[in-house]
Amino acid sequence: MSADGRSARRTAADIASAVAAGEESAAAVLDAHLAVIESREPDLHAFVSVLGDEARERAAAIDRSVAAGEPVGPLAGVPVALKDNLCTLGLATTCSSKILEGWRPPYDATVVRRLADAGAVIIGKTNMDEFAMGSSTENSSSGPTRNPHDTAKVPGGSSGGSAAAVAAGFAPLGLGSDTGGSIRQPAAFCGVVGMKPTYGAVSRYGLVAFASSLDQIGPFATTVADAALLLEVIGGHDPADSTSLDGPAPAARSRLGEGVDGLRVGLCAQLLTGAAPDVAARVHEAAEALAVAGARVEEVSIPEFDYGLSAYYLLAPAEASSNLARYDGVRYGLRVDAPDAAAMNRATRTAGFGAEVKRRIMLGTYALSAGYYDAYYGQAQRVRTLVVEAFARAYADHDVLLGATAPTTAFAIGSKADDPLAMYLSDLFTIPSNLAGHPAISVPFGTGDDGLPVGVQVLAPALAEPLLFAVAAALEVATPQEETVP
Amino acid sequence: MSTTLGDDWEMVIGLEVHCELLTATKLFCGCRNAFGDEPNTNVCPVCLGLPGSLPVLNTGAVERAMAIGTALGCEIRPSSFHRKNYFYPDQPKDYQISQYDEPINTGGRLELPDGSVVGITRAHLEEDTGKTLHVGEGGRIHAADHSLVDYNRAGVPLVEIVSEPEIRTAAQARAYVAELRAVLVATGASDGRMEEGSMRVDANVSVRPAGNEVMGTRCEIKNLNSLRSLTRAIEYEADRQVALLDAGGTIDQETRHWDEEAGRTSTMRSKEEANDYRYFPEPDLVPLAPGAEWIERVAAGIGPLPAERRLALAALFDGGPTPAQRDQILAVVDLGLDPLLRSATDAGVPATLALARTANEVATDTDAALRLERTSFATLLGLEANGTLSATQTKAVLAVLLERGGGDPGGIAAELGFESLSSGSLAATVADIVAAHPDEWARFVEGDKKMTGFFVGAVMKATGGNANGKAVTAELARLAAP
Ligand SMILES: [Zn+2]
Repeated sequence: MSADGRSARRTAADIASAVAAGEESAAAVLDAHLAVIESREPDLHAFVSVLGDEARERAAAIDRSVAAGEPVGPLAGVPVALKDNLCTLGLATTCSSKILEGWRPPYDATVVRRLADAGAVIIGKTNMDEFAMGSSTENSSSGPTRNPHDTAKVPGGSSGGSAAAVAAGFAPLGLGSDTGGSIRQPAAFCGVVGMKPTYGAVSRYGLVAFASSLDQIGPFATTVADAALLLEVIGGHDPADSTSLDGPAPAARSRLGEGVDGLRVGLCAQLLTGAAPDVAARVHEAAEALAVAGARVEEVSIPEFDYGLSAYYLLAPAEASSNLARYDGVRYGLRVDAPDAAAMNRATRTAGFGAEVKRRIMLGTYALSAGYYDAYYGQAQRVRTLVVEAFARAYADHDVLLGATAPTTAFAIGSKADDPLAMYLSDLFTIPSNLAGHPAISVPFGTGDDGLPVGVQVLAPALAEPLLFAVAAALEVATPQEETVP
Repeated sequence: MSTTLGDDWEMVIGLEVHCELLTATKLFCGCRNAFGDEPNTNVCPVCLGLPGSLPVLNTGAVERAMAIGTALGCEIRPSSFHRKNYFYPDQPKDYQISQYDEPINTGGRLELPDGSVVGITRAHLEEDTGKTLHVGEGGRIHAADHSLVDYNRAGVPLVEIVSEPEIRTAAQARAYVAELRAVLVATGASDGRMEEGSMRVDANVSVRPAGNEVMGTRCEIKNLNSLRSLTRAIEYEADRQVALLDAGGTIDQETRHWDEEAGRTSTMRSKEEANDYRYFPEPDLVPLAPGAEWIERVAAGIGPLPAERRLALAALFDGGPTPAQRDQILAVVDLGLDPLLRSATDAGVPATLALARTANEVATDTDAALRLERTSFATLLGLEANGTLSATQTKAVLAVLLERGGGDPGGIAAELGFESLSSGSLAATVADIVAAHPDEWARFVEGDKKMTGFFVGAVMKATGGNANGKAVTAELARLAAP
């Protein structure tokens, strides 16, 4: 790795303090990262678009502010990779779908504005499964993203582009969205930290909706502290999102150094069921490491979690079938002409959506249909309530829960593309937190038998981000080997 | 056309009235809520349904919905929003955010001026759609070259008021909508302008043999946007159904379109073609639970309702108003002109005169009437009442006042040349006419009442109608006095 490459692997916190102090220019930081992108992006395809020119302007503006002695934010000059379902003013936002071809949002997502206010430099829009539907970043209109640790493997998904970008050193920070595990699972596959905040902790305004009651934007980083820093920047109440929680961003870094002494950790059996032996072994080692650090680790069984996957695959498609109705060819994006509006609408959607999106729209439409609503959507909502109640019982005796993030390490590109059910199962362990609206984080913890990263997942109650990051930081310290640099 | 139902059949009518709320901004965004602006100028990412945009509920709209519920005696309840899913180009998100199983207002009643009462099932909040304009071939959808969509109306707040199926005649349906309109205007929630589409009515109509308790199969007639259309469409539809049933046929439950020109309804879509709206809870909004304090504050801000205002006007008439005056009072309150009338009676103008001028002259131009300075109107009627101006002169001055929105009635009378009819010149005119008709004058002096009319008519003729009849009579009496 070149000198520039080493510069690119520094933490966001280091970069921001060097830039703010005038020790290093934002332009130089950016160039170092663009150089890494230039060398490895052709193999990985982490980005839908690299925003070199816009980023250079932005970096120059930050350098001018530093030179003028003006205050710069906590992410001054830090490159950030943005999932391409986050709206960027005047810059293509595709959700990796043909149907949004040519659409340039007339506004920035709230998180994008907060990044800008913090001095961050958006370096590119990252590849994803179309409309965030998928677990491998193979369902993209521009082709799959590859895992930086092994380009024959998927990076996970749907935020696979952001996970791969951070893992490959394209940017120290990334943003993704997590509806059923779409941040945590790719973080695990790519060996980076990925975190889903409490529902409502981060504004969804400007996040192109997949399943509104489950979607949440969250950070990718190479360290737990960087992930916490990024959450503090993007979080906090936003009047433009009615589901946004009152109050400021979670004080994610407030307990980082506290350790886990005396904490009650529940090692959850359902978050290991069906996990590959090497993955399960790493989780047990993580539990042991926490115990060594002073936590009281106990096994806990939450049988309700087993029903989460089925409920999720009714609720999320149901909401998606409605959220994606607006892609009708009338106002923006792709339009396939036809003699009348209804025919144009059909032709546009037929041509514009990929197979997985169509599958979920049909599933969701069916689940909401008259006569089936109660048996499917209604039943799934009841299961969701059961999962929430089960969490509450578990948290009566435990401060956090521990389990695997995904059942396996990264799988081969193409190996599950024709088997949607097998693909859906890779979200088994991440879905409960989405159903409950709770925060959860995936921390790299060693590797599997194949040498690929394993992610350990920590789950915490709503708004317990400081605690969640404290436990994650303890795991980070206890990681059994040097982080593998792909 | 009047209904031919006769005594054998009975109509069962339920009405759904969509009312646009008079808010400054739309239901879920900050865009202006205004009628008649340039197309697609009052739009933003939210009301265009752009990807990533989210709705934020306008509390002003909630308050107006609560005001409507209060005025209709509804229970104001914790409520929530659902999505009603259907594809249409003027529906930006291809779903409408509406209230479904938890509406904000339930279970009210509306008493009509004839004393009948119609139950209100619910009055809920929802957003309006944009407007589609089909261009070419007379604007009909199937022959249009292309269509244009104006999203200015998309996201405008609506309250849909659903009546119980308790209306029994087209006339009662008309009275219900007229009274509802007056109530909506009184609460300040709506401008009630049916012609601008700020009130639109769907009518559910069925017929059944008189005395039968079982409901017949109903048809829904969509988008009736005047009281005249409402009456005609209901009567046509009831007749159509009776004719079908009399001929041994059956009614298909369907949605029908009213063709105002042709004067008939026709099938829009059958029950089989009806949309499955796939309602489900709107995940982008949180439930709404107005507290008692908020509900009370909204209720306290509602002015007197039409029924109360009609009673107040009726009380101005000694011995009560005549049936014709009752109709005038109804019209004046419907149009919201009773404060203007009251300004005149408060200034001492007789109620009969104030009502006549308000109902006959002022009501012809409601917009101008609502702008008219009340003091100008009161002063003018005072001049008529005391004989300074004739009825004809008063009407002429009133026309100018309406045009200008107000002004000094005396000054306007002078502008119009009416000062020549001050009492002095009137006396001279009367004296001239008396001198010219000695025989008739002799009969007048002997008490022949018919001669009063003769002389008043002659003076009117001589002054081109600008004399005040009462003043002429008084002058005649003065001359005849010994
Ligand atoms: Zn708007």
